[in-house]
Amino acid sequence: MRNVAVVGFAQRQMKEFDGSPTMVELLVPLFAELYEQTGFTRKDIGFWCSGSSDYLAGRSFSFVSAVDAIGALPPVNESHVEMDAAWALYEAWLKIQTGEIDTALVYGFGKSSAGTLRRTLALQLDPYTMTPLWPDTVSLAGLQARLGLEAGLWDEKAMAEVALRSLSDAERNEYAVRSGGSSIDDLLARPLYADPLRKHDCAPVTDGAAAIILAADDRASDASETPAWITGFAHNIDPLHLGARDLTRAPSAAAAGSAAGVEGVEVAELHAPFSHQELILREELGLGANVKINPSGGALTSNPMFSAGLIRIGEAAAAISRGDAGRTLGHATAGPLLQQNLVCVMEGAH
Amino acid sequence: MTTSETRTLSAPVHVGFDYTRSVGPVLGEFFSGLRDGRLVAGRLADGSVVLPPPEFDPTTHAQVTDFVDVGPAGTVQSWTWVPEPVPGQPFDHPFAFALILLDGATAPFLHALDVPRDQLEVGMRVGVRWAAERTGSITDIEAFVPEDAASAPLALAEGTVDPVTGIITPVNLDYVYAASPEESAFFRALEEGRIIGQRCPTCHKVYTPPRGACPVDGVPTTDEVELAHTGTVTTFCIVNVPFLGQKITPPYVSAYVLLDGADIAFLHLILGVDAAEVRMGMRVRAVWRPEEEWGTTVENISHFEPTGEPDAEFDTYKQHL
Amino acid sequence: MGKQGNHKQLAAVIGVGQTHHRAKREDVSMAGLCREAIDRALEDAGLTFDEIDAIVVGKAPDLFEGVMMPELYLAEALGAAGKPLLRVHTAGSVGGSTAIVAASLVQSGVHKRVLTVAYEKQSESNAMWALSVPVPFIMPVHAGAGGYFAPHVRSYIRRSGAPTHIGAMVAAKDRQNALKNPYAHLQNKDTTVESVLASQMLWDPIRYDETCPSSDGACALVISDEATASSVENPAWIHATAMRSEMTTAAERDQVNPQAGRDAAAYLYKQAGITDPFNEIDAVEMYVPFSWFEPMWLENLGFAEEGSGWKLTEGGVTAMDGALPVNCSGGVLSSNPIGASGMLRFAEAALQARGRAGDHQVDGVRRALGHAYGGGSQFFAMWIVGADKPA
Repeated sequence: MRNVAVVGFAQRQMKEFDGSPTMVELLVPLFAELYEQTGFTRKDIGFWCSGSSDYLAGRSFSFVSAVDAIGALPPVNESHVEMDAAWALYEAWLKIQTGEIDTALVYGFGKSSAGTLRRTLALQLDPYTMTPLWPDTVSLAGLQARLGLEAGLWDEKAMAEVALRSLSDAERNEYAVRSGGSSIDDLLARPLYADPLRKHDCAPVTDGAAAIILAADDRASDASETPAWITGFAHNIDPLHLGARDLTRAPSAAAAGSAAGVEGVEVAELHAPFSHQELILREELGLGANVKINPSGGALTSNPMFSAGLIRIGEAAAAISRGDAGRTLGHATAGPLLQQNLVCVMEGAH
Repeated sequence: MTTSETRTLSAPVHVGFDYTRSVGPVLGEFFSGLRDGRLVAGRLADGSVVLPPPEFDPTTHAQVTDFVDVGPAGTVQSWTWVPEPVPGQPFDHPFAFALILLDGATAPFLHALDVPRDQLEVGMRVGVRWAAERTGSITDIEAFVPEDAASAPLALAEGTVDPVTGIITPVNLDYVYAASPEESAFFRALEEGRIIGQRCPTCHKVYTPPRGACPVDGVPTTDEVELAHTGTVTTFCIVNVPFLGQKITPPYVSAYVLLDGADIAFLHLILGVDAAEVRMGMRVRAVWRPEEEWGTTVENISHFEPTGEPDAEFDTYKQHL
Repeated sequence: MGKQGNHKQLAAVIGVGQTHHRAKREDVSMAGLCREAIDRALEDAGLTFDEIDAIVVGKAPDLFEGVMMPELYLAEALGAAGKPLLRVHTAGSVGGSTAIVAASLVQSGVHKRVLTVAYEKQSESNAMWALSVPVPFIMPVHAGAGGYFAPHVRSYIRRSGAPTHIGAMVAAKDRQNALKNPYAHLQNKDTTVESVLASQMLWDPIRYDETCPSSDGACALVISDEATASSVENPAWIHATAMRSEMTTAAERDQVNPQAGRDAAAYLYKQAGITDPFNEIDAVEMYVPFSWFEPMWLENLGFAEEGSGWKLTEGGVTAMDGALPVNCSGGVLSSNPIGASGMLRFAEAALQARGRAGDHQVDGVRRALGHAYGGGSQFFAMWIVGADKPA
């Protein structure tokens, strides 16, 4: 395997983006930041890969215009996944592993606020037996949370602890759309929303975009003084049907974690859009109390669809670049109730 | 539409279609069962009994062929309150979604509960309240209700015995579409009877409508350029085909018009001339609607019509094809 | 770590499956449609689901079926539960891009046996509707894909001086080829150049019979590593893959002979060690949804000089018995399940290289090219597969 590292990361997150869902306006400065960070120009990028969804924008081929942000003449080696850009990063990592290219720029974007996000996501369910009931994302998460509460796998206090830590850490994240720590008692005193969930148990609707540059071997060392070298990268999927798995578990997260090798990570950026889902992920990934979780504030404080997973990897890489940790993990999830999971483990100097 | 004080123009967009879904043999059993007032589950290779039946067995990957009736009553395994229902959900007032383990099944089933919030509890026994009319769809179950309030399904009308092979699923979504700042400037200029473009600071090409990034150089276009209302037809198509949502009656000519001063052609209609007379290289001018009808839209320009000038030489526009 | 280029593992297509493509496959669900292709591909490869490491799914816009990321709900039916699954979407080229991504899973050395499937169940909605959701402030002038491409076909005719019957010749050829392919959607034995010319002019200069149908269908491939491929009969070895993209519109962008297509082809031939594509490639499956794109892509792919692609068509060179047989399967003009159409081109190229194309097999194929494009002629995906291991 080739040694591949994250050498640049840039992001934008906001409550409501007042602009076109093509996001060209956000992507252009993100790419400029990455060129600045790495010293690369557009011509140094061997492969471009993006992640987005037509249903966020409400129109077919919504990713096509985003190519304008690249400046794609001469033409570029480019691909797109209808997934969170964390999976676009996986595709780019594979492409580098083939030896065909040495560098890749990966980006994700989405304007969740253009529609009613929790309703739109009901289109991710079984189109025959579920979508016609329009079960929204928050309701499904509530069903999952109560299963765990009833089984004694977690309690309200544990959920509030996740929210409290996230909101407190988000105070140091300029991109977080929600922040402000208080106390467990304060959070538990707030009203139930989608019983058993309170609003702070649910990720806020967020617009945004993010981008990462990957580079191999010497190209990585040239681009960054502190590359975050990828030592393990894997993803996996569970069945969607609610009767097909124990919803208090996420076997695909465990499988991805095991394949990526999570032992010894000091920081884990977990993509958990609901507080109890962080508890599930910590269990599945076997992360002990000594692992620092979501110093960025995580998805409970900003969750831009289709880039939030990539941002977790970017934040985990940034923790290495800043010298906060020597070995970190970025995780992304997709689909209802932690159906699909990806784990990217990175290390500093090797 | 928003006022001109905001940074970008936006407008609502409705995306709606009634999808016709063929359901195949396995889901056909399930939907036929609902139509007949029964809950048909699949018995899988590992002995589990699952409702709705999966189309393919997760262990053997073979199509599921063993069907068994379950319910009609069961036990609530989990519920969640829906304080603000969204369109399409079973109720437009607050209600609960639930996972219900039907008697005889080994895995839960998702549906709505019509139970007052203060009576909801895990472990409660519930049964089906059937819809007044059943067509073979998941909404044939109106909701689950406390077991003692459930009722037997009404008998079907005569003659409805064919297996269910398809369902119709309406998908109606509402979005707010926003134009980029550059596009917004373009649409606002149209409201003033002007056509504007922007020049790329790197390649100096003039784009109309202006773009958030020059697609060649990936940098924002900057200098605004006011464009002529005349131009050259580079290429075109005569549309003879009607289509869903079409606003113009065929046949009509849709053409790329290279406005004088622009470096990219602009798509619009050519009218005021027989379609067979339209030519590549034809010189045309914009025909505007009456000023009182103008808005922030390309539709302010009704169409383009020939100016009567001699055709442009092929060499003057061939690089725009 | 070694230098660029030393890492790529050999990969081969060892299983091919497709559905019978029809206007409406009312007998199956989306999962059933995919499984029809997948089961055939696995049987062809002699593998079971349990032997597959990863799944790659391709499909065109989700609005076609009204399901957001349908691979999520399909995961179990596709045998993907407990495995890695990727979903590719690169507009009309997606079937080809999906096959290339699946190949890269193996070429990277990360996975050994990858199942890839692409599908479209167009009868669930209406493609023209899904592609024409109105944009505020803009006037809808186009009329679907035909309306989009017709002006560029007119430009080609003007630039090349091609006689107007060339499009009809392509359509008649591909429809006759489709009669040899039991999976093809259109089976019209009476189609002739004259009947195509007599069909209604829809998007002048494109006639009804010069357009592709709207189909339900799926295509699946099993792509494996060298060790697995060496143990099966007639694998189609992947010699080269290429993807290139450019923007939809730009000042002076060549929409007739796009640079992205030319660049992709040049890179493809370089990888495969091909210097004379016309003589070194034995069969071509190119993405021709409107008949005139055959001569246009013949030029774009370097089989003919610019402006002279139509001469190959007119001279019968692209017929099944010609020197460069193109679309012996009947092509997109005979079957068009959009998301799968690109993968079908890649699959048919593999069938030709394996000598398994049945009645539409070209004798003695050693190397075949599969091609797909999408968007406004801006996304290109192509591969070359061969009967022999790459040199």
